[in-house]
Amino acid sequence: MKQNDLILQTVTKVAAFVILLFSAAIFLGGHYSPGGGFVGGLMTSAAIVLLLLAFDLKTVTAILPIDYKYMIGAGLLISSLTVAGGLLFGVPLMTHAYRYVDLPLLGHISLHTAVLFDLGVYLVVVGVTMTIIQTIGESE
Amino acid sequence: MSNLSFLPVLWPLFTGIILIFMAKKIKLQRWISVFSSLIGIALSSFLVFSVHSQGILTLGVGSWEAPFGIVIVADMLASLLVLTTNIIGLAILLHSFHSIGAEREANYYYPVFQFLLIGVNGSFLTGDLFNLFVFFEVMLMASYVLLVLGGTKIQLRESLKYIIVNVLSSSFFVIMVAYLYSILGTLNMAQISQRIAEVNQPAILTVIAIGFLIVFGLKGAIFPLFQWLPGSYYAPPIPVMALFGALLTKVGIYSIFRTYTLMFYHDQDFTHAILAWLAILTILIGAIGALAYWDVKKIIIYNIIIAVGVIIFGISVMNEQGLTGSILYIIHDMLIKAALFLLIGIMIKISCSDDLRNMGGLIKPYPALAWTFFIAALSLAGIPPFSGFAGKLLILQGAAQKGDYLGMAVVLLSSLIVLYSVMKIFMYGFWGTPKADYRLHGAAVHKMLIPAVILVAISILFGVGTESMYPFVSQAADTLLNPDIYIKAVLKE
Repeated sequence: MKQNDLILQTVTKVAAFVILLFSAAIFLGGHYSPGGGFVGGLMTSAAIVLLLLAFDLKTVTAILPIDYKYMIGAGLLISSLTVAGGLLFGVPLMTHAYRYVDLPLLGHISLHTAVLFDLGVYLVVVGVTMTIIQTIGESE
Repeated sequence: MSNLSFLPVLWPLFTGIILIFMAKKIKLQRWISVFSSLIGIALSSFLVFSVHSQGILTLGVGSWEAPFGIVIVADMLASLLVLTTNIIGLAILLHSFHSIGAEREANYYYPVFQFLLIGVNGSFLTGDLFNLFVFFEVMLMASYVLLVLGGTKIQLRESLKYIIVNVLSSSFFVIMVAYLYSILGTLNMAQISQRIAEVNQPAILTVIAIGFLIVFGLKGAIFPLFQWLPGSYYAPPIPVMALFGALLTKVGIYSIFRTYTLMFYHDQDFTHAILAWLAILTILIGAIGALAYWDVKKIIIYNIIIAVGVIIFGISVMNEQGLTGSILYIIHDMLIKAALFLLIGIMIKISCSDDLRNMGGLIKPYPALAWTFFIAALSLAGIPPFSGFAGKLLILQGAAQKGDYLGMAVVLLSSLIVLYSVMKIFMYGFWGTPKADYRLHGAAVHKMLIPAVILVAISILFGVGTESMYPFVSQAADTLLNPDIYIKAVLKE
């Protein structure tokens, strides 16, 4: 069956990027305001799912040649390394550290190790969601 | 502050993650898993000795001190169980190499195996009730995967039941945690205990205690909540079955240990009496099941239920002998159940059938298998000097001291039934004339047999060396009997 999805495809080409950018903003905003790795990850996967709907699995794997199972592993690794950081500094595991720094363009901001942990969460969420959706999609 | 107390959880986590990246390299996965298990055993032995010399080790995760943050509490009971878990993990891993099959190995069997260990070790070590729920979930997620991996018809059917039962009991767990929090305003186990003692456990808290008994009883398979167990444990391949049988129900029992000795111990006439009755009924149901079946897997599965009953009975006695006995018995039972599952797995593999009536005459071609099984069987029944004896003796002494003669009689009689049920396997499986042409080569059998022999050997050492284990076990029982030790260690007062 040939579907006419020109409108969906055209909109997706723009919307996917907007959603991706917004998910990045939500991810980074996470520590002091609502957001974080989990929501950001879900939103990123929503963008990819939108691409999947508008185009097809083949096109999307060509755009993003990622094995999402490895992405889960990478996310877990980043998060648990952050957890284990406590061993190096002789403080309880999962202890986080932060510092305020002045960066060009960005100004006075705080750098927090919790962001690293959140990055792991983000990758795991995207990885898991996409693995599930691809697995269901493949069997059709 | 002691990061050591959390390492038995963190270590398998790292192993599991690294194994994900090697999904296709099975040989490498095996090596890494074994290496990691050895380190895990070393870490947990070190933990046991540290707890022995320094007392309870605690860790306020993320530098949030108790009672505000989540605490990890390694007391002697938890450390001993973590060590046992790691030993069993290694043995089952070694057995898996020759029996789980390449297809499952290529589909993330080894990483998930490690994730199961994270859940089990974490449940033992946590000092926070909600965190206990989280580790339960980690363990259950891994067990869902292991149960369904392979996707045979029976596995899919049983997984569905297993997931429904566990989702229900998990939601009930959260509800109970929420009730407890709304009353006491804390989830830290030590502080819960302290606050319950302050208000002397009014009726509402006793209701919650029973609620927790339902939750943990479902996981630990006590009467009348055991019905899911014989079906679900029957479905997966032998190594997974051994893993479940040795570890998962014991986590439920451990949680009953924790809640009924640390928190809800003020109204023993009610709560612990219920515990005792449920234990007796559990033993009876298990005994009926163990006698009824000709299927070797079913016989051993129903033996799990008997053992659960015996351990719970020891908890319900709630005096020094009873608790010490229960701790000895739970460690013994974990070791020997894993060994027995591996052994019957080999029997099934040789005779291509799990019905005893289709076996027979195995002793001649496979003498090592037969005698290992014989020792494991004696040990399971609690014949001295093997490991089941000391635990059962202490439980009986405890019951005598308390004056629960009915329970004593049931526990004693259950030993006879256990002996009969495993000797039935020995007689019909190993004696007599071979019913089929056994083609499996001796060397192949020996490869699978080694892990079981290791477990049986450890269990014999545990039985013969009970005297030298006693200081550790009695330290564990001490903490259970005097919640103040636990509370002081956690809240540092």
